[in-house]
Amino acid sequence: MQTVKDALREIRRYPSAIVGLLIVILLVVLSVYVVIAIPYQEAITLWRGGDDIWRSLPRTVPPAWINHFRSQKLPETIALDSRKGAAERHEAPLGDGKSITLLYSFDYQADDFPREINIFFETSFKERAPFASITWYTPDGREISIADIALSVGSSSYRFNQDDKLLRRIRRQVGDVPVEVGLLVAPDPGENPQPLKGTYQVKIQVTAFDPETQLDAELVVYGKVHGIAGTDHLRRDLKIALLWGAPVALAFGLLAAAGTTITTMIIAAIGVWFSGLVDNLVQRITEVVMMLPLLPILIMVGTFYSRSIWIILGVTILLSVFGSGIKTYRAVFLQVRESPYVEAAQAYGAGDWRIIFRYLVPRIVPMLIPNLVTLIPSYVFLEASLAVLGLGDPQLPTWGKVIQDAVANGAPYKALYYWVLEPAVLLMITGLGFAMLGFSLDRIFNPRLREM
Amino acid sequence: MSDQVLAIPRKRAGTSFVQSSMVRVLRYTLVRGVTLFITVLVGVYLTVLVANMGGYVDQIRKGEIRENIMIQVMNNPALRNLSPDAKRQLVEERVRLEERRLGLDQPFLIRSFRFLENALTLRLGFAQLMNSDSGSRQVKLILLERLPATLLLFGTANLFIFFLSLFLALILSRQYGSLWDRLFVVLSPTSSAPGWFYGIFLILIFAGWLRLLPFGDLVDAPAPQSRILYALSVGKHMILPIMALTLSSIFLSVYSWRTFFLIYSSEDYVELAKAKGLSGRTIERRYILRPTLPTIVTNFLLTIISLWTGAPIFETVFNWPGLGRALYQAVGLFDVPVIVGSTVIFAYLLAVTVFLLDIIYAILDPRVRVGA
Repeated sequence: MQTVKDALREIRRYPSAIVGLLIVILLVVLSVYVVIAIPYQEAITLWRGGDDIWRSLPRTVPPAWINHFRSQKLPETIALDSRKGAAERHEAPLGDGKSITLLYSFDYQADDFPREINIFFETSFKERAPFASITWYTPDGREISIADIALSVGSSSYRFNQDDKLLRRIRRQVGDVPVEVGLLVAPDPGENPQPLKGTYQVKIQVTAFDPETQLDAELVVYGKVHGIAGTDHLRRDLKIALLWGAPVALAFGLLAAAGTTITTMIIAAIGVWFSGLVDNLVQRITEVVMMLPLLPILIMVGTFYSRSIWIILGVTILLSVFGSGIKTYRAVFLQVRESPYVEAAQAYGAGDWRIIFRYLVPRIVPMLIPNLVTLIPSYVFLEASLAVLGLGDPQLPTWGKVIQDAVANGAPYKALYYWVLEPAVLLMITGLGFAMLGFSLDRIFNPRLREM
Repeated sequence: MSDQVLAIPRKRAGTSFVQSSMVRVLRYTLVRGVTLFITVLVGVYLTVLVANMGGYVDQIRKGEIRENIMIQVMNNPALRNLSPDAKRQLVEERVRLEERRLGLDQPFLIRSFRFLENALTLRLGFAQLMNSDSGSRQVKLILLERLPATLLLFGTANLFIFFLSLFLALILSRQYGSLWDRLFVVLSPTSSAPGWFYGIFLILIFAGWLRLLPFGDLVDAPAPQSRILYALSVGKHMILPIMALTLSSIFLSVYSWRTFFLIYSSEDYVELAKAKGLSGRTIERRYILRPTLPTIVTNFLLTIISLWTGAPIFETVFNWPGLGRALYQAVGLFDVPVIVGSTVIFAYLLAVTVFLLDIIYAILDPRVRVGA
């Protein structure tokens, strides 16, 4: 207990240790929160989900906070769902069937045009398909007829920029611009078309041919920014992956570092204590394993057997146990073995294993802790490296997988910097946090280095 | 200390001393060479075991046999007039005989050693999907064709990093406690990130944002015709990768080497040299650099190994047409023979690197020369 207190007091003298410790604590708190708030299964379902979960988010848009640094504000997504009461609904009987009117209003104040505009229908009817006509009203009172379509049973969608008829009409009226620009652009656009600010309305007028017809619709005016993290090419909110990356990185880094350093130390202690043949064997194995190309072997394991993060973790530990650490620990154990207190232990008749675990191993713990902490980042980056190679866990979202998605989809070339930078910065902060803490702990626990 | 001990016998014994130290260096090199060969043997055997657990190695060998026999039958003028059916039968028959001759019907243990022999002699079989640039399907050719690009990039980068680190570490050890010194100490944790990671940042800044340097690849497309322009283009493409590799390892190396220098410069014999009035440069060269070099070489060796192992991902990020990217492409195509082959070549590369540095170590370390 006293040593822990002393260590804490020492840590206070190193600013980099405090920063490192703060980062580590923050990461741990974040991980615990994430694991509770978004349970494992839910995270996987969300991340593996397709259009059904993510349809109302725009593709590859940066986070919303970049608007703070821009004079021209980018739009955020406006999603209006009639099931959530976001539309005025009027129903009236009409012949054998009925007429349903859904009226959506939204206020548009951004300085840029939306990414795209879609309407998702949810319909049920008996025989004849209901018929919908969509009209767009601009703030200055113009009325633009969008489309007349027949609705099918279940889910269907109408995508504004995939309607050639609408595009031709827009071309005639406004000029050669995409649909979403043509609908929002202020009249008489000069060199630099601007969206008209104000309240827009969209009317969906449905003629149903039987009175039991049910209809709901969601209007989505996709923005050019989203949330705190932005979205990727599959419309997924990057927040999920960035948040879940923290516990995965911590778990992988910690388990791998702890697994390797502790077993390495015990093997070194056993080798030194039994000396002779055992020691020789340990040393030769170390020389062989040090030369094994770790990444190619992990690639082979990932390709041939399993990409599960836990299998990869196991193989990593197995291959790193006889790492260069053994030589360092061995040198220290060789000194410790000659200490008088070990001789005393032998004299009172302590067994081999008792001496190893009660006399040799504890002596090296001060050296072990900084090593362990310093090793964590390299394993965090190893997991990211494998993910970037396309050998990441097939289910879990991790930081490395976000980078891989980004690079594979050409994010650096398309200037989608947020997509690469967000996970990269998180990796960097994590790596730096542990490395800074480890380096300072090393100086605290090994006073010989302190003057340097 | 060792330097002075060394100096006395050298004067007395003259040539015979030089000879005996040569013999010792040679003996040391030989022993290390044999050890490394055994290491490679074990490493490749492990690779074979990992790969063969799914029976992939057998597939590679059987595919190779079939391909060879097909070519033989097709190219044999005596068999040209046979019907396609008869030819197929002939191929099947010969494949069966050949597989028996090569012992593919024998237990795994024996087969695994045969494959080890093949792997060690670089008979790596035929790729399933990948081609070499000259159109060959031989894994050996595919990989050897990629080797020069990898060697060029990593060789240049390693040499650059080594001398730059040495130079900076010496300067910093002279200005212990200065602003630069403290900056390097503070920045040393940044070396925990691998090269590809800095590569992504550098690509974003210099290629994506500033448009100063290319995103990746070996040369401009189309490649310049004249030799000089070609070399210049390659040089331009190497700037970012080398910068990334340097950033990822320089701070830690400089920090730890400067610490070595500081420890050694407080030794008594350095004080004595100072008292004798030797110049700063002489002290640095003879009394500080000499005794620390073996340790530094060993230290550097570990850096190189980690750089080597990172090659697949590093070359992928920079689209560098080397060995590592071949491995990455093979993973994408699930081309098993190429994956196994590149792992074997990587094992060789590591061994050769270690061996070269071992020779340098033997020459540098006086303990090897005097046989202490």
